[in-house]
Amino acid sequence: MKKLLQLKSVHKIFNEGTPDEKIGLSNIRLELEPGDFVTVIGSNGAGKSTLMNVISGVLYPDMGELLIKGKSVLNLPEHKRSRFIGRVFQDPMAGTAPTMTIEENLAMAYARNKRRSLKRGITKKSKEFFQEAVKSLHLGLENRFTAKVGLLSGGERQALSLLMATFTEPDILLLDEHTAALDPSRAALITDLTKEIVSKHGLTTLMVTHNMQQAIDLGNRLIMMDKGQIILDVDEESKKQLTVERLLEEFQRIRGEKMASDRALLS
Amino acid sequence: MFALFSALESGVIYAIMALGVYLSFRILDFPDLTVDGSFVTGAAISATLIVHGQNPFLATIAGMLAGFIAGCITGILHTKGKINPLLSGILMMIALYSINLRIMDQRSNVPLLGEDTSFTLITGFWQKLGIDGTVNNLLTAIGLGESLPKTWGIFFVMAIVTLLIKFVTDWFLRTEVGLAIRATGDNKRMIRSFSANTDSLTVLGLGLSNALVAFAGALIAQYGGFADVGMGIGMIIIGLASVIIGEALFGTKSIGRATLAVILGAVVYRIIIAFALQIEFFETGDLKLITALIVVCSLVLPKLLDARKEQARKAKRRQLHRQALEGKGEEIAATKIGS
Repeated sequence: MKKLLQLKSVHKIFNEGTPDEKIGLSNIRLELEPGDFVTVIGSNGAGKSTLMNVISGVLYPDMGELLIKGKSVLNLPEHKRSRFIGRVFQDPMAGTAPTMTIEENLAMAYARNKRRSLKRGITKKSKEFFQEAVKSLHLGLENRFTAKVGLLSGGERQALSLLMATFTEPDILLLDEHTAALDPSRAALITDLTKEIVSKHGLTTLMVTHNMQQAIDLGNRLIMMDKGQIILDVDEESKKQLTVERLLEEFQRIRGEKMASDRALLS
Repeated sequence: MFALFSALESGVIYAIMALGVYLSFRILDFPDLTVDGSFVTGAAISATLIVHGQNPFLATIAGMLAGFIAGCITGILHTKGKINPLLSGILMMIALYSINLRIMDQRSNVPLLGEDTSFTLITGFWQKLGIDGTVNNLLTAIGLGESLPKTWGIFFVMAIVTLLIKFVTDWFLRTEVGLAIRATGDNKRMIRSFSANTDSLTVLGLGLSNALVAFAGALIAQYGGFADVGMGIGMIIIGLASVIIGEALFGTKSIGRATLAVILGAVVYRIIIAFALQIEFFETGDLKLITALIVVCSLVLPKLLDARKEQARKAKRRQLHRQALEGKGEEIAATKIGS
């Protein structure tokens, strides 16, 4: 079967040649099979977000090749790439338009993989589809369809962002610490929703998280990043036996130092 | 009464300009100063074409198209040239000043006296309908008979045109492209992640905004009987005043409501100005000062009022709290005495 996503020796250096030079990504090789759900962990500055930004087209890599379904997408700008890449950001405010209604937000997400025209954004037919989709969130949002999204809570907005990013079944779903800014109960809700939605559509997913337990619980593969490199790649079988302690030990063994992030330890 | 009527008439024309400012300022969240120049561009092109014997309606549409192009260039300066929004608008405004002079053949004023304008044509057509007599009789009957306007044609026809533009705008902002333009002003990052090209949407939005502004400029030139290179000075502030007054008075619950509020805001603004100019002290030259004051007031007053309300609410809550505490104190005292 064809690989869904391939990164070949991708490099990205920020502020190259200045005292502020910082390696974002260094020789990243990563291949995702269709239906893979990969969790990505690593301390601050490990390059997780850079990886997301390179895949989604926000950043252009200095070297390397990026293929989706075997086709190079490096020269596609962000908005064109987002036809087949769904994204949920860490900031719950980032994934929705606050002054527009729930149904208008859904309509914009729905128009993702076609050319936008002068047809009505919301039709009777699409409205029914949206209603069904929103019901699957079990948040009662279907009764507040014409409410402006700015009035929703952070958790509700993040759930809506997740739905909007996924209900058109993108080839790749990128989740960038999408539960990190929520309180624990809301975060758990979004985590459950993520599990449900990803398995329902069989989406190929790359999820960055700071929460090691979450990284172990979710998905069929785990990669750990440090200083712009992938230092650990755990497949489905060995992932089943993984614990947070083992992960930390593993990090110490590879790097010869303790993992530097308190946040990662505590979570 | 007559001042009031001409305020209504020019108000519905300026409302088209206010709708344009609403598109850039509110929908795209782009404070676009191109308006000061594109308003004159619309006026200059239509006036020049009319003087050269073109059909006034075609001349007006030509002015509108020029405004569209001017807006697009501002958009390109901002999106492709990465120039900040305010500066791109100012640059375009300054550039348009020279362009407008060129359009008017280096004259600062093109009079339209004795020419056929859109309004002389409309008035001619309207008088054949014979509605004026009926309306005036009606108004005389209810005791508003003094100093009636010569014709209601301009007001009615312009009100219809403005409402038509309003409904087209409402419709447009609900299409797929329209939704994406609104999202561009609301959350660029989000709509980019849904495969919308925010750059071209910004360019399109600014083009449409300035097309409306130039359309209004072309009509005002024909209404006033001249195009002047300085007629656009402060136009952005007038547009803002209309938008802010309208929103404050009539609300913004939905797009349809907001665009209606903007139109009514433009009319209210003209009425305020008409009344202000009736005060002995003010002279015509004070117009811009009055406008600036109106905008300052409509920006500052709502905030002050909100702060006052908030304070009053807090004071009330504290008082209730104190009362409740005192009540409890008495209860405790009572039980102590009782025991």
